[in-house]
Amino acid sequence: MNSKLKQLITGLAAATVVVYAGASHAGNITGAGATFPYPVYAKWAEAYNAQTGVEMNYQSIGSGGGIKQIKAKTVDFGATDAPMEPNELSLLGMAQFPTVIGGVVPVLNVEGIAPGQLKLTSAALADIFLGKITKWNDPKIAENNKGVNLPDLAITVVHRADGSGTTFIFTDYLSKVSSEWKSSVGTDKAVSWPVGTGGKGNEGVASYVQRIKGSVGYVEYAYALQNKMTYAQLQNRDGQYVSPTDDSFKAAAANAKWNPDEGFYEILTNEPGKDSWPITGATFILVYKTAQNAGTAKDVLKFFDWAYTNGDKMASDLNYVPLPANVVDMIRGSWKAQIKDTSGKAIW
Amino acid sequence: MPIFSNEARHKRQALFDMLFRGLTRTSASAVLILLAAIIGSLIMGSMPAIREFGFGFLTSSEWDPVNDEFGALIPIIGTLVTSGIALIIAIPVSFGIALFLTELSPRILRRPLGIAIELLAGIPSIIYGMWGLFVFAPLFADHIEPWINDHIGTISYIGPFFSGPPMGIGILTAGIILAIMVIPFIASVMRDVFEVVPTLLKESAYGLGSTTWEVMWNVVLPYTKVGVAGGIMLGLGRALGETMAVTFVIGNAHEISKSLLMPGNSISSALANEFNEAVGDIYTSSLIELGLILFFITFVVLSIARYMLYKLGKLEGKAS
Repeated sequence: MNSKLKQLITGLAAATVVVYAGASHAGNITGAGATFPYPVYAKWAEAYNAQTGVEMNYQSIGSGGGIKQIKAKTVDFGATDAPMEPNELSLLGMAQFPTVIGGVVPVLNVEGIAPGQLKLTSAALADIFLGKITKWNDPKIAENNKGVNLPDLAITVVHRADGSGTTFIFTDYLSKVSSEWKSSVGTDKAVSWPVGTGGKGNEGVASYVQRIKGSVGYVEYAYALQNKMTYAQLQNRDGQYVSPTDDSFKAAAANAKWNPDEGFYEILTNEPGKDSWPITGATFILVYKTAQNAGTAKDVLKFFDWAYTNGDKMASDLNYVPLPANVVDMIRGSWKAQIKDTSGKAIW
Repeated sequence: MPIFSNEARHKRQALFDMLFRGLTRTSASAVLILLAAIIGSLIMGSMPAIREFGFGFLTSSEWDPVNDEFGALIPIIGTLVTSGIALIIAIPVSFGIALFLTELSPRILRRPLGIAIELLAGIPSIIYGMWGLFVFAPLFADHIEPWINDHIGTISYIGPFFSGPPMGIGILTAGIILAIMVIPFIASVMRDVFEVVPTLLKESAYGLGSTTWEVMWNVVLPYTKVGVAGGIMLGLGRALGETMAVTFVIGNAHEISKSLLMPGNSISSALANEFNEAVGDIYTSSLIELGLILFFITFVVLSIARYMLYKLGKLEGKAS
C-alpha cells in the first residue's frame, strides 16, 4: 500500500513536471513579483509578443512573493519594489537592475485647498505622520503657507494596510528626513504606524482620503493623477518646493548615484538637485548571475533590452517615468560584466 | 445455469460494493487527513513565532514589522468584536424575516422573498466589501455617525464606545456589513426549521387563543431551538472567517480603541493584507500563527455549538 502510494505520488509529480515544462517551452519567459510595475510589464509583454512571438508571463504576486519565487527558481526573473541589499544579492548570487521609476505623492482632502497649493516641509510631513501635528492650522504648516486658508480641522492620517513597496519608499524618505521617525518607526514595507487608519492598496488609500474630511495619505503618482486628487508640494533636499511631475521624478533619478556593482541599490528618496521630487523610487528585476539555462537568461535580457529601447512611450502613457539614457547604458554594461552561463562565459 | 449466473452477479455486486465502500471511505478519510495536514502545517509554520514570543503573543498588542515584534491581541479582539456586533444585529433581523416568511407573509410573496434571501447569500464577499466602502461608509459617515455621536455618544458608561470622528469606516461598520452578510444564512436556516413545526401544534396554540407572537415564542421557538442555534453558529462561523468584506471597511489600524467608530483590525484581514509582502521568518510565522489562532477560535466556537446542540437535543426528550 505504502509503496503503491509512493509510486502514485511520484507519477503525479512527474506528470506535473512534464506539463509545467511543456507550458514554458522554448523562448517563453516567466516572471513574478511587484504589483506596482505590473501594468507596464503587461503592456510591454503584449507589444513584445506581437513583434517577436515570444511570450512573457508576469504574475503580480507582490515583491515578497517575487523574491520567494526567484529564490525557489520557479520563475526566470523576480521583480521587487524595494531593492535587495548588495550583501544579500551577492549571498544569493543574483544581479539586480531597475526598470522604471515611479513617485509617491502625499495627497489630502481639505476643503478649499487646491491641488499643489499646500507646501509641506519634510519636517512637517514627518510630524503629521508621527501624530505630532494634529490640526491643519498648526503653525508648522501655516508658516510656509501664507495666504492659504487652513481650517481648524483634525488631521486623519491614512496609510497602506498591506505590505507595499510604496510604503517602503515613503517610510525610507521619512527616516532620511526625521531622526525621530527613524528611531521610533523605521523603514519597511509595513511598519507600526503611530497614528491613522489603513487602506488596502493604492485604491484603498485613495478612496479613504477622498471620503474622510481632513485626511492625508500617500499614493503612487498614477493614482493621484487618475483620481484627480489634491497633492501637496514638498520641500526637497535643496530647499526648493517641487510638484510631483514626470520631470521632477526624472531629475531625482538623474541625480542619483547608481552603482552596478551594488545591484543598483539606490532608493531615490531625498536626492539632491533643485528640481528633484524627494519621494521617488525605482522598481527592480532580479536574475541569477550564473544562469543554469543560458538561453532563457538571454531571453529575459533580450526582453528588457527591447523594453528599454522601445518601451518608454508605453511607460509614460501609464504614468511611469522611463529611466534616463545614461542609467540604461549602465544597466546594459552590467549585464555584460555580471551575467554568465555555467562555464563563465558572458551571456549578453 | 441460472444458479451459476446468479452467483456471478452476486460476485460482481460484491466487488462493486467493495469498490464503492472503499471509495466512500477514502473520501471520508481524505477530509480527516486534510484537516490534520492543515493543522500540522499551521503549527509547523508558526513554530518560529511560538518559540520567539510564547504565550505573550496572545496578550501583546505590539505589531512592528520593522523590529520583528508581534502580538495577536488587537486582531483577536477585532475578530471577536466585529462578529459579536454582527450577531447582535443579525439574530433579531433574521428571526423577523423567518417569522414573516413562515407565519405572516401572503402566499404570493413567500417564494420571491425566499429566493431573494438565497440570492443575498450567494453574493461574493468582495462585492459586500466594495459596496461597504464606496456606498455604505460615506452614507454612514455623513448621516448616521454624527447622530450616533450626538445621541449615544453622550450617554454615560456606554458613550465612550460610540464617540469618535465620523469616518464611516471602523469596527462598527465592519460589524454591520458582516451582519448583512450573515443574515441570509441565519434567516434561511431559521425559515427551514420553522417550517417543519407540525401545523397541529401551532393550530392548537392558536385555538387556545394565542397571538402570533405567543405561538412563535412559546411553541415554534422551543420546538426548533436546536436548529435555530445551529443557524446562528453557522452565521458566526462565517462572520469569524470573513476576510475581504471586513478588510475593506474595518480600517486596518493596529491599535486598540475604546470606540467602535474607530478603525481596528481582524485576524483574517491582517492575513489578507500582509501575507504577500511579509519578508523574514518571524513576520511570516507570526502571520501563520494568527491563522492558527483563528482556526482554534473557530474550532472552539463550533465545539461549543455542537455541545449546546447536544445538550438541547437531550432535553428535547423530556417535558419542557
